[in-house]
Amino acid sequence: MSLETPLHRVQGFGSAHSGTQHFWRQRVTAVALIPLSIWFGVSALGLVGAREVDVLTFFQHPWNAGLMGLFIVIALIHMQIGIQSVVDDYVHGEGMKLVCLLLNRAFAWVVGVFCLIALLRIVS
Amino acid sequence: MATSIVHRITGVGLAAGTVLIAWWLIATASGPDAYGPFMAAAANPFGQIILFGFTWALSFHLLNGIRHLGWDLGYGYDPRGANILSVVIIVVSLLLAVGAFAYAFMMRGAVS
Repeated sequence: MSLETPLHRVQGFGSAHSGTQHFWRQRVTAVALIPLSIWFGVSALGLVGAREVDVLTFFQHPWNAGLMGLFIVIALIHMQIGIQSVVDDYVHGEGMKLVCLLLNRAFAWVVGVFCLIALLRIVS
Repeated sequence: MATSIVHRITGVGLAAGTVLIAWWLIATASGPDAYGPFMAAAANPFGQIILFGFTWALSFHLLNGIRHLGWDLGYGYDPRGANILSVVIIVVSLLLAVGAFAYAFMMRGAVS
């Protein structure tokens, strides 16, 4: 039995059942992604048409590897929250919503793990 | 204006585009046998259209995202100014995407 009052238990928790945590996390990642996505865009443009060895050399620089790792992880967190808000808004059946939210999380994890492993492989 | 739903659509598009970034990194890490097919896919017309869409979506979502942060801070609610800014964001994001492709074609002869 909880000693919390019912009001205290629900305060600040909206339809997503997670309160304002997503709201803040989405904005914090958004701010971080401003410089990171500009860096990514400029870097990708510089690597257009590059030979494989040029791409390897680029990511073997610790700065570039670090920034790419940060960009991937922060972008995927931002993505997962963003897609979840789209699902929360447009998918109404509880079962279907659960499936979509699980797929959304799985997608972020799979893309993230594969990207980071590829990056580690390039660096090492 | 329609920029609110476009923000979501470009967001979903960029989410799908993360697969391309993963493919690029995995192909680079795997060696020439994997890197070649990636570059070939990027260079063909369909690949170019996808890459252009990704480039524009990133430009738009970045610019409109900065505007969203401004809204959170209480700026940009004047209706007339907001409409003008919507047009500016659409035009500038298209210019950035076209500019990136023009630059790539000039420097490399192709975008891939």
